[in-house]
Amino acid sequence: MECERCKQRPATVHLTQIINNQKKTMNLCEPCAREFQTENFGFLPQMNLHNLLAGLFHHQLTNPFGQQGIQQAVSEGEICPRCGLSERRFAQQGLLGCGECYSKFGDKLEPVFRRIHGNNRHTGKVPERTGGKVKITNQINKLKNSLKEAVEREEFELAAQFRDQIKELEKKLGGEENACVN
Amino acid sequence: MSIKETVSAARSCWTTGDGAESDVVISSRVRVARNLAEFPFPHQLSDESAEQVIQAVSLAVNNTADQGIGILEMTGMGELTPVERQILVEKHLISPDLLENYKNKAVVLNNDESVSIMINEEDHLRLQCLLPGLQLHEAWHRLSSIDDVLEKTLDYAFDEKLGYLTACPTNVGTGIRASLMLHLPGLALVNQISGVLSTVSKLGFAVRGLYGEGTEATGNLFQISNQITLGQTEEDIIAGMVSVARQIIASERSARQALFKERREHMEDRVGRAWGILKHAGIVTSEEAMKLFSDLRLGRDLNIIDLIPPDLITELMIMTRPAFLLKMSGKDLSPFERDVQRAKLIREKLA
Ligand SMILES: [Zn+2]
Ligand SMILES: [Zn+2]
Repeated sequence: MECERCKQRPATVHLTQIINNQKKTMNLCEPCAREFQTENFGFLPQMNLHNLLAGLFHHQLTNPFGQQGIQQAVSEGEICPRCGLSERRFAQQGLLGCGECYSKFGDKLEPVFRRIHGNNRHTGKVPERTGGKVKITNQINKLKNSLKEAVEREEFELAAQFRDQIKELEKKLGGEENACVN
Repeated sequence: MSIKETVSAARSCWTTGDGAESDVVISSRVRVARNLAEFPFPHQLSDESAEQVIQAVSLAVNNTADQGIGILEMTGMGELTPVERQILVEKHLISPDLLENYKNKAVVLNNDESVSIMINEEDHLRLQCLLPGLQLHEAWHRLSSIDDVLEKTLDYAFDEKLGYLTACPTNVGTGIRASLMLHLPGLALVNQISGVLSTVSKLGFAVRGLYGEGTEATGNLFQISNQITLGQTEEDIIAGMVSVARQIIASERSARQALFKERREHMEDRVGRAWGILKHAGIVTSEEAMKLFSDLRLGRDLNIIDLIPPDLITELMIMTRPAFLLKMSGKDLSPFERDVQRAKLIREKLA
């Protein structure tokens, strides 16, 4: 058997990994195995996860169109307006390009999160400063909606209240921004 | 400790042999991924923006003085020689990914090397805390307080629903990866290793080990780590790991006790042979060394031999890796010369 990695020397080391109860064996020559071991010592073999992810995504991309008609649709897929990453590249490499990608590809990522994590909502640590900002931004967006609705209903007194609240929050947001070193 | 001292000594915080359950747990590592909101993730960065990320982190690191988290020192990967970079990998302070395209990357280390921060690896920041023995909670708390201090200066990419945003969606949420390096020679000798490890993987943890011919892992070293990063708190993830670890530790210990009771002569023979070879051999490959170190470590934990200080075997494990041997001999070595050099070094250290 030849080494899977260099495809030159005979494979003498059989590296077994168990991930999500899936046993996977790699047949490597000794130098490659040593390299692989050093490389992965203490770090997760992300490659496998990337493959799973790319597989899932690709599946979603191609499924609705059947085998033949997909050429066009698959070409690049949607593109993130901020970093320019296309769906296709994401499926290939398993990495998103920027924070904005999460909103752009959000709907499609949902089942990926469920498959990997069994969940789709963060319950852990919230960063002190950025987290506060996120909360304020969310509040502002909510108030803006209320403001719009109030204006549509011609409830101008209420709308004015919302406007004041938004201004207050925006001041808070701006103040915090100035407080941090940039 | 300066970076030059770091790459000259095998000794590191995690190699000291301290920490709880150190007869089975060699080290505990917690790593979290963080990204800066205003930049695309590292693989989408231009050289120029990569430099800006390093600058931003550098500024944040400078702001950590007098914040009660010790002294942090940043080094650009380009400032190091290839051998020095490889040594940081061999000491487990950085991942091999930091060696690729290294000019755009940097590392931050604290004084005792328990904390390292990789910059522009897969994510802008990967903070890591590596401690000896079973100390996952301690590692997380240390890391979290450094994270807090850095966040005073840095704008993290954080989403209220999804948590910390990471380049790979498998890390999103907490961005946490906790792992333990375990030495399991007892379970390997009584042929229970695959059973135990498949149970662990059924519980949602990744398990890895290097298998030689047959089923025996080289050096009997295994790593378990969490897979899930979203939907659980960091504390829950770590508590889950610790409770699984406790079960593995208990079964490893009972396997060792059974071996010592029922096959005492065999065990003493095994350890004695390892000791003899390591003290007198002239050529030792890295695989053979790992096997013999495992026997020696087991011998020490079973009190079959007591002459070896607890930290020596772990230090030897690092010292006998290729880059370290190169650095110590000061010249390029062929694989054969490396094996000779390795044997010589082991003889000296065990003398
Ligand atoms: Zn090979
Ligand atoms: Zn993007």
